[in-house]
Amino acid sequence: MKITGTHINYYFHCKRHLWFFAHHILMEHTSELVAIGKFISESTYERKQHELHFVEEDFEFVLDFFDKNTNTIHEIKKTNKMEELHIWQLKFYIYRLKELGFHNVKGIIDYPKLKRLIKVELTEKDEEKLNEVIKEIHLLVNQKKPPKVIRKSYCRKCSYFELCYV
Amino acid sequence: MKKNFYIFTNGILKRKDNTICFEPFINQETQKPSKLLEQTDLTNIPEEEFLIDNDEIEDEKENQNAKTRKFIPVESIDSIYCFGEHRFNTKFLNFLSQSQIPLHIFNYYGFYTGTFYPRETQVSGKLLIAQVQHFLDEEKRLTIAKEFIRGSLFNMIKNLQYYNNRQKDLSYFIDYLTNALKKVDEVKSVEELMGIEGSARKNYYESWHLIINQPIDFQKREKQPPSNPVNALISFGNSLLYTTVLGEIYRNQLNPTISYLHTPGERRFSLSLDIAEVFKPLIVDRIIFALLNKNIIKQDDFEFHLNSCLLNENGRKIFVKEYDEKLSTTIKHRKLNRSISYQTLIRYECYKLIKHLLDAEEYQSFKIWW
Ligand code: SF4
Repeated sequence: MKITGTHINYYFHCKRHLWFFAHHILMEHTSELVAIGKFISESTYERKQHELHFVEEDFEFVLDFFDKNTNTIHEIKKTNKMEELHIWQLKFYIYRLKELGFHNVKGIIDYPKLKRLIKVELTEKDEEKLNEVIKEIHLLVNQKKPPKVIRKSYCRKCSYFELCYV
Repeated sequence: MKKNFYIFTNGILKRKDNTICFEPFINQETQKPSKLLEQTDLTNIPEEEFLIDNDEIEDEKENQNAKTRKFIPVESIDSIYCFGEHRFNTKFLNFLSQSQIPLHIFNYYGFYTGTFYPRETQVSGKLLIAQVQHFLDEEKRLTIAKEFIRGSLFNMIKNLQYYNNRQKDLSYFIDYLTNALKKVDEVKSVEELMGIEGSARKNYYESWHLIINQPIDFQKREKQPPSNPVNALISFGNSLLYTTVLGEIYRNQLNPTISYLHTPGERRFSLSLDIAEVFKPLIVDRIIFALLNKNIIKQDDFEFHLNSCLLNENGRKIFVKEYDEKLSTTIKHRKLNRSISYQTLIRYECYKLIKHLLDAEEYQSFKIWW
């Protein structure tokens, strides 16, 4: 299994979500939110063809926009409700780039709707944490059963909501 | 909300840019769409949803049809049902496949012919293996099969209780089915289970002559061919329900050929037959009671042959209309605290089954709770 930014995202979001996703249990009725998210990211950088696709043995990730001059990854997100997840996802990219030999990479999360930018850097502690997270993701996905329903308020917006709660 | 499209009118179905276009055949003499159209047009599609295309006329023949051309946006389509004589090409089928729309075909007599089942876009190996494991392990298979039957019997009893309240003594049948329901727990094999189900169902159908007010001849269930109007209604209704369940299975990554109650691959997609059992009483049987008791469907909506009886075209239209309304009937879901349609109930049955197969939560079949 190749770990992607989405895995990292789901790891922090909900481990059950991660498990379903990793086993290709996907819900057709994806939520409106996802669609809007896509649209924003498409329209903002539409004409800039800076998307980079990295495929490694155990990892795979796509950078929407990597500015080589300033050594900065730009990520566009719709709302900052999941800010922590966005930050970890970006840290994961910086971490992978570092392993691949790109040093001192920084990240910027852009919330165009909120006119807000967040700068992200990777500390040594973050790196340790990410190493742990990656190990745990493998363990989690290899579990026979999906982890338990987390019963959080954002479950209602999750594409697995009906599957989990019915 | 996506809709099912039921097409009774003869004509051509094709892809036109990113929509589906339907052109009725035009009778050259009368300049009207061929005879079937004169009765009803596309059932269930309000006129305002159509756009009439004025440009892009490709050739003379198309020109004649242009006036009656209908456009259906693909995003609004759940499934397509063909009840007439239709022509389409591979470009159209590829488009359906790409848009993940199943197409169900019925023949001239209203018998279900088959489904164009688009390629699955997402397959879960994990789920497939779980499905197979639950079939191979006899105990696991029986657990699921029993739960289907429990749902089916429970819902039959619900129907009888409903009519029992209305000055009809159905207590004999209710007792019989309740007893059968109890026996399910003790059953040791799928064959034994099928036996109990079979005799319970026979009893259930026998009670129908008390439920149905119209003087219609119905003694026992006969499938091939249906021998009287009630049998014709059951056959037609069950095949519609089968296609609806199949559509839901298709969207849920379950493999439709691996089933627990019916023998896999016996005929058709057998998982669809399994799940349909649970919903027949709520959907098909209740439609039949309503159609007959409210005199919506009558003797002349059937065609009688030497030893068979079938719904005629008008009868099928009446049924399909009722069926579609039934599927979109809503009910408040207690756990989710949301209003959902009967069709969604079927989808949820797939979800519950998925969770059972993945060992996340034991499957509890749908039981009418209102
Ligand atoms: S509904 Fe809640 S528990 Fe289920 S996958 Fe989504 S976030 Fe996790």
